[in-house]
Amino acid sequence: MIRTTHLPLAVTVATFLLAYTLCAWQFPAMLSTRVVANLLTDNAFLGITAVGMTFVILSGGIDLSVGSVIAFTGVFLAVILRDTSIHPVVAFALVLLVTVSFGAGMGAIIHYLEMPPFIVTLAGMFLARGAAYVLSTDSVPITHEFYDTLQSLYWKAPGGGRFRLIGGIMILTFVVGAIVAHRTRLGQNIYAIGGGQATARLMGVPLARTTVSIYAISGGLAGLAGIVFSLYTSAGYSLATVGVELDAIAAVVIGGTLLTGGTGFVAGTFFGILIMGLIQTYIVFDGTLSSWWTKIVIGGLLFAFILLQKGLTWATTVRRKPAIDFAAQS
Amino acid sequence: MAEDMRPVLHCTGISKFFPGAIALDEVELELYPGEVHALLGENGAGKSTLIKCLTGAYRRDGGTIRLDGEEIAPQSTQASQDLGIGTVYQEVNLLPNLTVAENLFLGRQPMRRGFISPRRMRDMARETLSEFGLSINPDEPLSAYSVAVQQVVAIARAVALSGKVLILDEPTASLDHDEVELLFSVIRKLKDRGLAIVFITHFLDQVFAISDRATVLRNGRVVGTRLLGETSQTEIVTMMLGRQLESRIHDRAPAEAGKTLLQLCDFGRRGMIDPFDLDVREGEVVGLAGLLGSGRTETANLIFGAVQADQGTVLLRDRKIGLGNPRAAIAHRFGLCPEDRKTDGIVGDLSVRENIILALQARQGWFRPLQRAKVNELVEAYIKALDIRLASPDMPIRLLSGDNQQKALLARWLATNPDFLILDEPTRGIDVGAHAEIIALIEKLRENGMALLVASSELEELVAYSTRVIVLRDRRHVRELRGKEITTANIVRAIADETVEEPA
Repeated sequence: MIRTTHLPLAVTVATFLLAYTLCAWQFPAMLSTRVVANLLTDNAFLGITAVGMTFVILSGGIDLSVGSVIAFTGVFLAVILRDTSIHPVVAFALVLLVTVSFGAGMGAIIHYLEMPPFIVTLAGMFLARGAAYVLSTDSVPITHEFYDTLQSLYWKAPGGGRFRLIGGIMILTFVVGAIVAHRTRLGQNIYAIGGGQATARLMGVPLARTTVSIYAISGGLAGLAGIVFSLYTSAGYSLATVGVELDAIAAVVIGGTLLTGGTGFVAGTFFGILIMGLIQTYIVFDGTLSSWWTKIVIGGLLFAFILLQKGLTWATTVRRKPAIDFAAQS
Repeated sequence: MAEDMRPVLHCTGISKFFPGAIALDEVELELYPGEVHALLGENGAGKSTLIKCLTGAYRRDGGTIRLDGEEIAPQSTQASQDLGIGTVYQEVNLLPNLTVAENLFLGRQPMRRGFISPRRMRDMARETLSEFGLSINPDEPLSAYSVAVQQVVAIARAVALSGKVLILDEPTASLDHDEVELLFSVIRKLKDRGLAIVFITHFLDQVFAISDRATVLRNGRVVGTRLLGETSQTEIVTMMLGRQLESRIHDRAPAEAGKTLLQLCDFGRRGMIDPFDLDVREGEVVGLAGLLGSGRTETANLIFGAVQADQGTVLLRDRKIGLGNPRAAIAHRFGLCPEDRKTDGIVGDLSVRENIILALQARQGWFRPLQRAKVNELVEAYIKALDIRLASPDMPIRLLSGDNQQKALLARWLATNPDFLILDEPTRGIDVGAHAEIIALIEKLRENGMALLVASSELEELVAYSTRVIVLRDRRHVRELRGKEITTANIVRAIADETVEEPA
């Protein structure tokens, strides 16, 4: 039996399976491990970002800064590796420290100054993008043997698909994300805040700590996505990943998370990412369609999912269950 | 009640001052383990202030609270919860998006190897819920269940967290009859466990059904505490309203029966007010009496279409009409001065002039503006007729005093020349002089043949101007008093559900 809270997730999974079946029916080559492997590799940075975005949206907030943070991370790494002899691992740790603090700072402003997340993270978006420009306006290539080593790590599946490291990092992020969401007090507190901030406070949820953590997680995961993106492109460019925050939000919503907060699953976001990746792959296979059709289909899907969510919210408020032992008596 | 038992909670001399008002004056309250103690009083009596002092939402200005003999001074709801005082409000303070189990255990989830163990949480939730007689699935989201079940879950959480004193603040306000029974069975179980329960409600029947003792507050003071087995509803109502049951005979000649203007048949809305029949004739003032929450305002709003009725028919001059919204009502020449004039009545930043012509202009339609000269004439006339005191009709209405705002609102509806005017608490927050003026105005309107429906908590006032009084109780129209029957004593008796004394 599927519960109403699980229904959006079920619909997302069903949509993905249906779409994949249709694609495979038209282009049997889409079943190959190559396509699957590329689906994971190409969407790795977006997926990692979307995990952070899922937490933010579950709490009823929004984080517009992630796209800029990814670009900043890329430029930061490229410049540091070009200009200094710091080892990339140290640079990774450094940039994660910066992005986590950046996110935590935004979370603190949102909580203590009672500012809407939209405005605060919009400011963060400009700040991070600006910081990236200051470091370098040109695309800076990354040439380091450690990068080559990381990029050469892959598992070759039968059928020729190369499952690369960054795809694995994304899947690991999703697994850890799901555990945090459902099996830790932090995760439960995030759902609680999304359900109603005033009520959550009355029920003893530490609002300040949780809000700061949420945006720190989102910032940190955007940093990780930036690292992954630099591995993917071998460069840092301040104009990269413009609008990725919106793609991440779309993936979260298509994954069945309510924009009003409180309801949704990390796993749903995974399928949201896969659906978006699948559409792009289909357009590549077709070859005649303009790549802008991706946007149109995603737009349509978003509308469909928003309608679905509205319908579900309506349905659950209408069908209230009576007390069971009382129904028996009367 | 054993006399030698020590109270679990003992408040003495609790005082709370607000700027310009004494909210609580030396209030005394004793709670014994295993008792349900009703806290009664009309609006503004100080019930919620007292509760807020107990739960730490307010800091008291004087007095002591002893819990188990220890003096306490909770600084927050969280602190008082930790001390053992749990509160459940009318609006369920739980999270609808989480499951029942998650709601019960938020912040104290059972852990296994550093992670929440959903299985143990589910089992523990089942166990807790079965103690309360609920066999629901703890994995379902809370929103899947009715308010009554949610209420019980909230109580279960409060008891688990606190466990000495449980404050139930109007828990039954949005429940139907069966759901109230479910809640009461839970309260009885908790009582047997030795919890001290404070029960706040406007429903007197429920007070007598479940409570052992009742403390009545009025104007921030304790009027008295009674064992409910030894008192009557009339005594409690008298204590609450603070009036002597003098039998003032209604001395007005029976109203000349005008033509029937409005006939409501089987008119009502589920969960708000039981269906009622009501005829209103021209030149008649129908009073609505009842305790707070008895359905006075609901009746007024329903007839004006501010809230849509879900059953019943309306006949206006023998023609069937629909009252789907206030626009329709205004089109049929109805008017409503609402109870809460600050939020539902005035438009604070608009001028007095604009406020007065608002309803008239709305009925005309926005594309046919009233002529400036005519507006001025109207506004001047009403300001003079109602003696509204202001510096200029162009000043924002929020700067006027309460009585003048009320008069301006009356002017708004009188300007539309209504056939049927509904007044909800027309004299609330108004000084004595203006009080008399408004009563005189109601009389005058009636003599001119207007039909009025007036809801008021001032019984003397109702007696003074009503030609008929409908008495409401627990959201039902329970009695109609006519002519010489209309006395404050009879109204109180009808509210308390006792037989009405026939006039001698």
